[in-house]
Amino acid sequence: MAPKKRVAIRNHSAEANLFARRTFITFITVLILSLVLFSNIYNLEVNSYQKYQTRSNSNRIKLLPVAPNRGLIYDRNGVLLADNTPVYSLEVIPEQVDDIKKRLSEVSELLDISQEKQNKLLKELKSKRRFKPIELYSRLSEQQVSLFSVNQHKFPGFFIDARLKRYYPFADLTTHSLGYVARINRKDSLELEKQGLAENYAATRNIGKLGLEKYYQDILHGTIGHQEVEINNQGRVIRTLDFTPPIPGKDLTLTLDIELQMIAKRALSGKRGAVVAIDPRDGGVLAMYSNPSFDGNLFVHGISSKKYKKLLAPASNKPLLNRAVQGYPPASTIKPLLALTGLEAELITPETEIYDPGFYQLPGIETKRRDWKKWGHGKVNLTKSLEQSCNVYYYDLAYKLGITRISKMMEKFGFGDYTGIDIHEESRAIMPSIEWKRARYNKAWYTGETLSVGIGQSYWSVTPLQLSQAVSILVNKGRIKVPHFLKATSEVVINDKKINTQQPIITEYVVDEKRPITLSNDRYWDMVLDGLHNTVQKFGATGYAAFKGSKYDAAGKTGSAQTANIAQDEEYDAKKVQENKRDNAMFIAFAPYENPEIVVAVAIENVAKGGGGTNAGPVARQIMDQYFGDREIISTDKTKHPHHEEIYHQNITNTAGEP
Amino acid sequence: MRNTGHDQQKQRTLWQRLHIDLPLLSGILALLILGLFVVYSAGGQENAVLIRHAKRAGFALVVMFLVAQIPPLSYRKWAVPVFILGLMLLAAVLLFGHVGKGAQRWLDLGFTKFQPSEIMKLVVPIMIAWYVSQYDLPTKISKIIIAFILVLMPTLLIAKQPDLGTSLLIASSGIFVIFLAGASWKLIGTCVGLASAFAPVLWMFLMKPYQKQRVLTFLNPEQDPLGSGYHIIQSKIAIGSGGIHGKGWLQGTQSQLEFLPERHTDFIFAVFSEEFGLIGVGLLLTVYLAIVMRGLWIAVNAQHAFTKLLAGSLTLTFFVYVFVNIGMVSGLLPVVGVPLPLVSYGGTSMVTLMAGFGILMAISTHRRFHV
Repeated sequence: MAPKKRVAIRNHSAEANLFARRTFITFITVLILSLVLFSNIYNLEVNSYQKYQTRSNSNRIKLLPVAPNRGLIYDRNGVLLADNTPVYSLEVIPEQVDDIKKRLSEVSELLDISQEKQNKLLKELKSKRRFKPIELYSRLSEQQVSLFSVNQHKFPGFFIDARLKRYYPFADLTTHSLGYVARINRKDSLELEKQGLAENYAATRNIGKLGLEKYYQDILHGTIGHQEVEINNQGRVIRTLDFTPPIPGKDLTLTLDIELQMIAKRALSGKRGAVVAIDPRDGGVLAMYSNPSFDGNLFVHGISSKKYKKLLAPASNKPLLNRAVQGYPPASTIKPLLALTGLEAELITPETEIYDPGFYQLPGIETKRRDWKKWGHGKVNLTKSLEQSCNVYYYDLAYKLGITRISKMMEKFGFGDYTGIDIHEESRAIMPSIEWKRARYNKAWYTGETLSVGIGQSYWSVTPLQLSQAVSILVNKGRIKVPHFLKATSEVVINDKKINTQQPIITEYVVDEKRPITLSNDRYWDMVLDGLHNTVQKFGATGYAAFKGSKYDAAGKTGSAQTANIAQDEEYDAKKVQENKRDNAMFIAFAPYENPEIVVAVAIENVAKGGGGTNAGPVARQIMDQYFGDREIISTDKTKHPHHEEIYHQNITNTAGEP
Repeated sequence: MRNTGHDQQKQRTLWQRLHIDLPLLSGILALLILGLFVVYSAGGQENAVLIRHAKRAGFALVVMFLVAQIPPLSYRKWAVPVFILGLMLLAAVLLFGHVGKGAQRWLDLGFTKFQPSEIMKLVVPIMIAWYVSQYDLPTKISKIIIAFILVLMPTLLIAKQPDLGTSLLIASSGIFVIFLAGASWKLIGTCVGLASAFAPVLWMFLMKPYQKQRVLTFLNPEQDPLGSGYHIIQSKIAIGSGGIHGKGWLQGTQSQLEFLPERHTDFIFAVFSEEFGLIGVGLLLTVYLAIVMRGLWIAVNAQHAFTKLLAGSLTLTFFVYVFVNIGMVSGLLPVVGVPLPLVSYGGTSMVTLMAGFGILMAISTHRRFHV
């Protein structure tokens, strides 16, 4: 090879110098490049430190919303009506389990979970997102929880999650007033967003859907809390950095008396109808029960379509309907109010008498309107007209008053309008008038219809709630207290992230009053009230049987409403009429006569025989008996008790005789 | 020299007799030990990862020690056949290679898998140093062109796999030899000019879409923060959030909470910067620079053109590792797969690097007996 020769004449020192120079140049370059690297790192770690520090934190720190505990609901005596009970569910993060199939079968054996459910779970596991906990089994029993807790070390990746769920210990007894909560759906979310509440509900799963739960949703809900956590790139929580506890919702104390409610339920058992009891002094609802009812708890966990269909089936008699706020023909129960209207119009005085031959004929018209008493009541004045519920008296009065004067006055008593009670499910019912008929049917008003209105029929419908309100106005001599369930709210004050264990702050509900009804003569009130007193207290009067022998001084009025037209001269016989066309029984009552404390309105649909006095009267009687101390149930346990209902049921069936 | 040989042999320390260059070894050990700590932190604090890494480091030290025993001038005999064999193996990889991570790098020999490009990291500088050192320095243009072609062959074969990182390292190892051998500045200037003129052609006609994407991502990683830009963004966040003092060992949130990808391999520098901060980075760069200085010192003091060129090339290539890795992790350079030398988890490149240090040690300690 040629190079050999050249090596011999190589200038080694020159080459070494060249190499050294080149090495020096590269070394300088290395130094410069190192400086470039270092200054770049300096730029990142010193100049841009704040920026990257922030970005690093926003990578790892997440703010998790924490749902506040929903406020509890108590009755007026402190009995818990709506509770939050812990529900335990078994959850798993499959990525943290070594052999999911094996462990699942082991844990299932431990907790007695069926093979069928296991297979379903295994299938579900495949379609889930990574590192997300999966609910394996919801609603574990306490025994299952303790069994698992003891053995937890054997099941890495499995854990028990506790959540609070709404529970109504009295079930169907309170549903129509309390309502219920259920899962927030799309519509709810949109509504919350519109109200700007979406953020506060970020962690909330359920929302009030009906009744008080819906009406007082905002108060019951509370304020969201936040947990600041560190997460990894899979979104899994590594540890908690900071915690701002949520502020629980306010507890509600209602005017409702659960014992009266129980009596109402028992009194209405086997019947379709409703009872409303109000304290006329403040408008507080003491009882509101509509039969049949349903268990609101069904909806909290999401009702199955099978069960829902069953509720909707005709055989169930529309349990979802709150009959206490649905319209019924008032029938004779509004006669006292018509009498008052007549007095105010100076068309009658207490001494004014008419003659009742058993029927009424409009001047110049053939058609006869029958009284309920075939042979008539003879001479009838104001008191007797109420005692005997004389139709002819009121046909005559209505004719003289005319529809406009009647409906104007009745509207003042709240008919045909919302009472303003604190549930949303209220109906306005109908207070007919000339204008109403024109608007509704585009037809003229007939005088004959005025006569029907005179005995609480025709288009006129009232809700038991409206009826109880009207009676309250009557006994309050014109003062109008808006009916309500809420008695007080209470909240625990939270200060500086530490829960103050002091007594909760109680805020009494301020009763809403409307503009009172004023009459030209205050004695008119007493005249009508006196008539109602006699209706119950006088032997032989229509309401006498209902309150015979009661220890308190009651007053009241019966009513029997036709639900089907009966041809002239045809006699009504309940046995011959289809069940759903039978008469409705109505009753209003209040007591004590002097300074009334309770007003009761009862409506019972399609009674087999008799009228308001025999069917609805005893219902009012039982409630008042209970109220005035003939207590069948003495409750001592006012603390939380999951078996309240059973205990109370036993009490009812053991101690109560048939009325 | 013969007369004093005996005396000198007496003066020789135990280390010299073992063919160990102590300053170099100190720097290497410092990096390896640091690597153990950082790999432990980056590898999810798993002992298994740590032990595997330690075993590889131990194995690499043994390889370094064995290589150091070989007289460096003896490589010249083997340069040509090994280089040809290497080229054939690279061709074989392209034809029958094993596909891993989207690239053909591995040759399955039946009993073991083997990455010929790693061997070429040593073979190419040996080959070019041998070729250039046969002629007078500075090298003539004609020889430079041949040397270039010799460098280009393995570079292109590896780039085709595709393994941009390794082809870059191999190309630079060859080019360093040519530069150190005294290629004229005029030639260097012409090459640089041609290369920059060629760049648009390369961009428009030769680069594949994914390669263009890489460059675009490098220029603006924020355009796709969850996709192609994710690596570099998370890496810069990790480095930047380390600050001056760092978050502390095992305390780096970007790495411990797994936001940083490839954290115990190519992106381990980000883990290190996050946990040890600017101070740590300064110390690390100092150690690297010390190793480079020692390597260049060995090169300058080598007594033969071949060993000079080889030592210089190996040392500078080591720095290329450092510069490219830190540069890409901190966003100065586009992402190419180059590990942080002696710190990153990953066996093959560490063994090759340590074998290279073995050669450097041999050059440092054998010189008096083989001139």
